[in-house]
Amino acid sequence: MKDEDKPLLTIRGLHTLFHTLDGTVNAVDGVDLDVYLGETLGLVGESGCGKSVTALSILQLLRCPPAEIQGRILFKGINLLDLGREGIRKVRGNSISMIFQEPMTSLNPVLTIGEQIAEAIVLHQGADRREAWERAVEMLQMVQIPEPRARARDYPHKLSGGMRQRAMIAMALSCHPQLLLADEPSTALDVTIQAQIMNLVVLLKKEFDTSIVLITHNLGLIAEMASRVVVMYAGKVVEEAPVQDLFKEPLHPYTQGLLGSIPWIGRKLKTGRRQLQEIPGVVPSPLEMPKGCRFHPRCPRVMDICCEQEPPFVRLAEHRRVSCWLEAE
Amino acid sequence: MALLEVRNLKKHFPIKKGVLSSTIGHVKAVDGVSFTLERRETLGLVGESGCGKTTVGRSVLRLIEPTSGQVTFNEQDLLGLDREELRRVRASLQIIFQDPFSSLDPRMSVGKIIAEPIRNHLKVSRAEIRDRVAYLMEKVGLHPEQISRYPHEFSGGQRQRIGIARALALNPMAIICDEPVSALDVSIQAQVINLLIQLQEEMNLSYLFIAHDLSVVEHISNRVAVMYLGHIVELATDDELYRNPLHPYTKALLSAVPVPDPDVRKQRIILEGDVPSPLNPPPGCVFHNRCAFRKKMCMEEKPSLKDVGGGHLVACHGG
Repeated sequence: MKDEDKPLLTIRGLHTLFHTLDGTVNAVDGVDLDVYLGETLGLVGESGCGKSVTALSILQLLRCPPAEIQGRILFKGINLLDLGREGIRKVRGNSISMIFQEPMTSLNPVLTIGEQIAEAIVLHQGADRREAWERAVEMLQMVQIPEPRARARDYPHKLSGGMRQRAMIAMALSCHPQLLLADEPSTALDVTIQAQIMNLVVLLKKEFDTSIVLITHNLGLIAEMASRVVVMYAGKVVEEAPVQDLFKEPLHPYTQGLLGSIPWIGRKLKTGRRQLQEIPGVVPSPLEMPKGCRFHPRCPRVMDICCEQEPPFVRLAEHRRVSCWLEAE
Repeated sequence: MALLEVRNLKKHFPIKKGVLSSTIGHVKAVDGVSFTLERRETLGLVGESGCGKTTVGRSVLRLIEPTSGQVTFNEQDLLGLDREELRRVRASLQIIFQDPFSSLDPRMSVGKIIAEPIRNHLKVSRAEIRDRVAYLMEKVGLHPEQISRYPHEFSGGQRQRIGIARALALNPMAIICDEPVSALDVSIQAQVINLLIQLQEEMNLSYLFIAHDLSVVEHISNRVAVMYLGHIVELATDDELYRNPLHPYTKALLSAVPVPDPDVRKQRIILEGDVPSPLNPPPGCVFHNRCAFRKKMCMEEKPSLKDVGGGHLVACHGG
């Protein structure tokens, strides 16, 4: 990691609310995080924890209303939330781009792969159509799609899931973004294809020197890809740590539970136990968030104060913080 | 004798085209699969999407009619049974599905869903059914007070528990678990895996555990079979398979699984390309076009599943 002390993206007090008929949902509730130049930040949590909404809020890809985004999202010192509709369009796909989980639904089925990639190049780089098309073919070659010139003329349905994900990565990287938001980029793919895609992401990150926010629930991927990890639960950050520390010494009971509950190859042999550690209960409904610490109804080490008061963030070192009363004592 | 024995099972789906629906080819979803499942054993069946693992599970139960092969369950030949006989056998051979959202009838209450198999198979009084349902709900970790609720009122994990309770209703000997935890969040996945392990110990169940997640399969299984393009390419005890994989596909598959330990930097074998279409599987070894160790023989002759010692079976010309 270089330029250690210079965040590319700084998020402070991000609140993303959805006004629904049943009430207001605080999908993201006061998230602070930094992304540094050239690093891969892992954003982990289970479904409904707000990790995807955080990413969507950065690029304002949410329909407002019903959504409402509050807080500050500083990208190279500029608050993205002040840019307005036209302003943010200049950022999307240009200096910040995003790849989505479902390559099937996030590509336009009535445009060829080449047209979709060229579109961003024409829009952001002012290239003419022919030039943009050539660049699109180049990008497809870069993401290791065989016969890129022919594939550029194909529609998305003709490509396999892995190939579609490559096309989406080509599109995301076509304008050489400084920040790539990867939202579960390999979850829908088979493991051998996932390995291909992640290999490609690592390669391209080096090539373009892009910072990555990797959003996933797969802790294995996090361990391999990320240098720093932010763990979210029920709309809040509960822990942040360098990747080694998080796996060696998780501090928040939720992080501990998450690590204890995943089976990994060799675990049974190593621990001699067939039972996995469980986190009892379920993620709370966003309309009925528990009082105090949001994890307290599922926490094995719950104390009286946890049910009453929200725990403060305890900063233990640089990039090491946890929101838990156990550490606040 | 094994509880379930599957021999040379094949399922070829015809592809029809045109006004006359003439068959223009076959998708060889399962193309000669053989394995056994012992009593109280968990056999993991793993492979990537399209390898035919789900089709194997469904063909065994005849939810899909297999094209050919032999399936013996509890000393009965399943493929020779008529509808009524098959219905009776299914009381002891049950299935749990992947998607807890679409595999439960949204218009039936939980009580009705779990009671349905009991009502269909046994002549018992209403009170007995009610007691049995309450017992089953408790057994899988649901509150019996929720008996009259509907599936949509439950979370994904709880719905999977309902599916398990339904499968257990008739005290089966074996359950085919088709991706039972892949739709669930990590913390919920652990709850369901633990439940399955606990139920197996208490009720002496056998599981055919079908999944794509190699870590989950390793965790729950005694033996594991690896499938690729309609074939079993390797089968061994879990320790043996994961520590000493012999087939190049198994090796690549295992190396592709990310390990949740940042200190482990493992050598990854990246397979080139995608799985070929089962409509036109490659001749010879189905894996040869992606295999780094292929020889001339691999393109011509299909390798058979051979025992290389200690019950470790592998279908490969190499090594």
